[in-house]
Amino acid sequence: MGQQIYFEDVREGMELPVEVREPTTRQLVQYAGASGDFYEIHYDRNYAESIGLPGIIIHGALKNAMLGAYVTGWAGPGSTLRRLTCQYRGMDFPDEPITAKGHVTRVYQEGEQNLVDCTVWLENPQGQQTTPGTATVALPGRNG
Amino acid sequence: MSTNSFTLTDEMREQSIGVESAPTTTAVEKGHIARFAEAIGDDNPAYTEGTPETGGIVAPPTFLRAMRAVRPELPFEIPFTRLLDGGSDWEYFEHVRPGDVITAVGRVEDIRERTGSIGQMIISTIKVTYRNQAGAIVATQTSTSIRH
Repeated sequence: MGQQIYFEDVREGMELPVEVREPTTRQLVQYAGASGDFYEIHYDRNYAESIGLPGIIIHGALKNAMLGAYVTGWAGPGSTLRRLTCQYRGMDFPDEPITAKGHVTRVYQEGEQNLVDCTVWLENPQGQQTTPGTATVALPGRNG
Repeated sequence: MSTNSFTLTDEMREQSIGVESAPTTTAVEKGHIARFAEAIGDDNPAYTEGTPETGGIVAPPTFLRAMRAVRPELPFEIPFTRLLDGGSDWEYFEHVRPGDVITAVGRVEDIRERTGSIGQMIISTIKVTYRNQAGAIVATQTSTSIRH
């Protein structure tokens, strides 16, 4: 968990720090158990290959969760996630590095809330955006 | 690629849009939140101990996936077996906390037919609304799924 980011310190175009994760098959099994998504393509290589996949693939929903963790980790403990979108454009595989990146697209106030929109995405080792998305977070101001 | 042929008529679209799933109701447990946070690789203390800002333990944003909302049942069969998840759009209104009782209901927002590189596809958009025991909407999740 990072430091708190304050609304006044955020500018449009600001980049979120790059983060690299490498989910393991073990993590996919943990996610299957915790989420209740037991589709075999996420832990059974024989099954995945039998339906034409190159191997076990990461749950889309786990990539969705990774993007959520990426944004909330950056925004800090006093932030609140308001919206999170993502599209599954490509498959990702366990035991390969997945890089999370993002930047701020809009900084604005709505009612009492200080809001920041970001574009965020996950990249595979080939540099393709497999999981592009957006997030809106409410941030605290320096004066509370 | 499926060789079945299927036509989604305007009448079928009309019959589908607005169809709701049976509700699922789940009690949120502290241990489940902690296991979910561990599984997604998020060590934010808000999910295990709580923080002053969250006023106790809260659930990670996509934890509601684990509430196992069921798909609305369409009034006709789609003869495709493959299912792809296209993406999700979550909106958050309230924190989810241990002890909450969450009811999830899915609703068909849209259904379309398209032919692409993988052949004929039926693309459906389902919006799941999650309410807590007080009846407050804690979040909505709009997902796109592709059957082909």
